[in-house]
Amino acid sequence: MAWNLDSDKPIFIQIVEKIESDIVSGKYAPGDKLPAVRELAVEAAVNPNTMQKAFGELENLGLVHTQRTSGRFVTEDRKLIDKTRKELAKKTAAEFLTRMEELGIDREEAIRLL
Amino acid sequence: MSTLLECKDLTYTYGKKKALNKVSLNLESGKIVGMFGPNGSGKTTFIKLVTGMLCDVDKCIRICGEEVGEKTKAVLSYSPDRVPFRKESRISDLLDMYELMYDDFDKKTAAEKLQELKLDVTDYVGKLSKGNAEKLLIVLTMSRKAKLFVLDEPFNGVDPVARENIIRIMLGCVPEDSSLLISTHQIGDVEQILDEAVFIKEGKILFHRSVDEIRSETGKSLADAYMEEFR
Repeated sequence: MAWNLDSDKPIFIQIVEKIESDIVSGKYAPGDKLPAVRELAVEAAVNPNTMQKAFGELENLGLVHTQRTSGRFVTEDRKLIDKTRKELAKKTAAEFLTRMEELGIDREEAIRLL
Repeated sequence: MSTLLECKDLTYTYGKKKALNKVSLNLESGKIVGMFGPNGSGKTTFIKLVTGMLCDVDKCIRICGEEVGEKTKAVLSYSPDRVPFRKESRISDLLDMYELMYDDFDKKTAAEKLQELKLDVTDYVGKLSKGNAEKLLIVLTMSRKAKLFVLDEPFNGVDPVARENIIRIMLGCVPEDSSLLISTHQIGDVEQILDEAVFIKEGKILFHRSVDEIRSETGKSLADAYMEEFR
């Protein structure tokens, strides 16, 4: 299946978020080798240059590192993975609250619904 | 990165009608580029000139520094907007023909891709559905180690699942420093595989820009930007 991407948000950011959440959820465990850029681009049905850019961003974030000859690996820094998990959770919560606000439901009512 | 295709002040007329009017366009290597415009805007004419199906009389086009001719045809792989094979041909005959015609054709890869797509090489072209005939054409086109791939309407009459298959074939096959030029009306389907988009209208290039730029500047998808431009 092609990855489910929104058409009005930069694709590389969506790819970064998708791989971040795959790392956080343990689909890719700490120290795991990641598939090659081309392979993942074909899986996601996105441009290989975009996938490359997303990997660059993940490297900047420290979640992924490159070993020159053997490929790309998920970080073994569990603290960083935990921190990323918290950030993603915060972002999701904020999106949820924004959506609730759009529906005219204030924070307290939203909490009660939960 | 180097310039693969250069086109400067290209004009082409059918009788009195100007199909292309002073078109200038450069394509860099390693890019996937979409060409969009309404019917009759000049896309296919441009592609036919680049591929040598029409004669570039004024020699406005250079591919890898060469004028359109035998040398450029050797580095360019083209799929026309209609499946060009005879109904009486078997798929295996076409594999043999491509191997004979093109030094850079990789028959083994082509056969593997056809198998992945569940196309039987002993089948006749005439027996294939529209979607399968198109898949066959794309596999053959993409199994060359060309510098420039030019696909004219690769999704003609193809269902959504087959479109995704075709996109995967394109992405999986195009060598890293080669470029792909796709002309299609299915913008939504190709949007996420493109580096750049060219909008063409009444024989003129409206713009040629990075898709990321268009999306971040307008906050719209490419498909929406197209609707806005041509509605």
